[in-house]
Amino acid sequence: MPEVQVRKNLLMLEEVFHEGGPVAQKPLNRVAALAVIHNPYAGAYVEKIEAFMDDLKPLGLEMARRMVVALGGDPKLVEGYGKGAIVGSAGEIEHGALWHAPGGYAMREILGGAKAIVASTKKVGGPGTRLDVPITHVNASYVRSHFDAMEIGITDAPRADEILLALVMTTGPRIHARSGGLKASEIKGEDGLR
Amino acid sequence: MSGDSRAGSRVKIRKIVTFVEETRTEMGRAVDPPTRKGAAVAVIENPYAGTYVEDLSELMAIGEELGGLLTERAVAALGIPGSSAESYGKAAAVGENGEIEHAAAILHPKLGTPVRRVLGKGAALIPSSKKRGGLGVTIEIPLGHKDAAYVRSHFDGMEVRINDAPRANEIMVAIAVTDSGRPLARVGGLTKDQIKGEDGLR
Repeated sequence: MPEVQVRKNLLMLEEVFHEGGPVAQKPLNRVAALAVIHNPYAGAYVEKIEAFMDDLKPLGLEMARRMVVALGGDPKLVEGYGKGAIVGSAGEIEHGALWHAPGGYAMREILGGAKAIVASTKKVGGPGTRLDVPITHVNASYVRSHFDAMEIGITDAPRADEILLALVMTTGPRIHARSGGLKASEIKGEDGLR
Repeated sequence: MSGDSRAGSRVKIRKIVTFVEETRTEMGRAVDPPTRKGAAVAVIENPYAGTYVEDLSELMAIGEELGGLLTERAVAALGIPGSSAESYGKAAAVGENGEIEHAAAILHPKLGTPVRRVLGKGAALIPSSKKRGGLGVTIEIPLGHKDAAYVRSHFDGMEVRINDAPRANEIMVAIAVTDSGRPLARVGGLTKDQIKGEDGLR
């Protein structure tokens, strides 16, 4: 079982007050936690890789905890989430897929009972690659006001034998959301969709 | 805590983005304790966008206000008291309808004093950079030791970037603070335990 080796962490918190419209009573906060880890499968095709998902769980939990702290400490403030990965050039896209389960598990665990699937994206890229991590409502994927994305990246990562892992959380709708659709107040909360 | 709603505030802030970067290993070697850099970046309205204005005093006042606000944010993000900060730096990026002199007005006349107030000291010049650019432009914030500019282990930089800023009529203002020098620094020069701290240089 390969140990997870973290080279660096980056935490990014955005406080959005307005975007040309009325200043929000409560700013929208968006936080991203990034971890740059060594890719234990870089440089060769390895058939069995699933076990690494379990190894990543503690890292995911640590990232999710740090994000909630950055948002003020109350997991109930979190209304949107998403996740992503950038695999360095000596790895394959499938290595990025290893983040789906532990990244999603970590945020659900910390948030307590979030029902919606965690939106995600991933790619292979070099140092400085940017990734637009999609964001949807934590309890109902169809809530239109919470569809969002956060661009993340680190200048010197991922190196060829690394993976950049990302989790993102938001505290509310887009700052001037007014494009209709299902509202957060209309969530039934049964199927994670509506 | 909206940047816009603070009493007496002159600055119109659209967003504030805070970054904390922590390096735990380098070339397979542990960095223990990890080196940490924090930066806070405000995206503000440029009151002088689109016209030549001779007197830039409003931007100077905005610089004074942001010096305290952003340094507090950066230090809080690192989770350290201001007095534990080791190096610092500042930078600004002006949107396309502004001029480089607008960045100078924010950064140079008045921003430093509140920075030093938050950190308790800061005998050294605050290294700075400025540029004009479009949305997503990268800002390289130079870093130097806050009490002695010649401390070689603390010469560094921190890159920050916000994909939707600066818009044409905006300015990005950034302050970075660290609790450490470079990871695995080993190119000699003045070390931090040799600081006299009298002239800001050594």
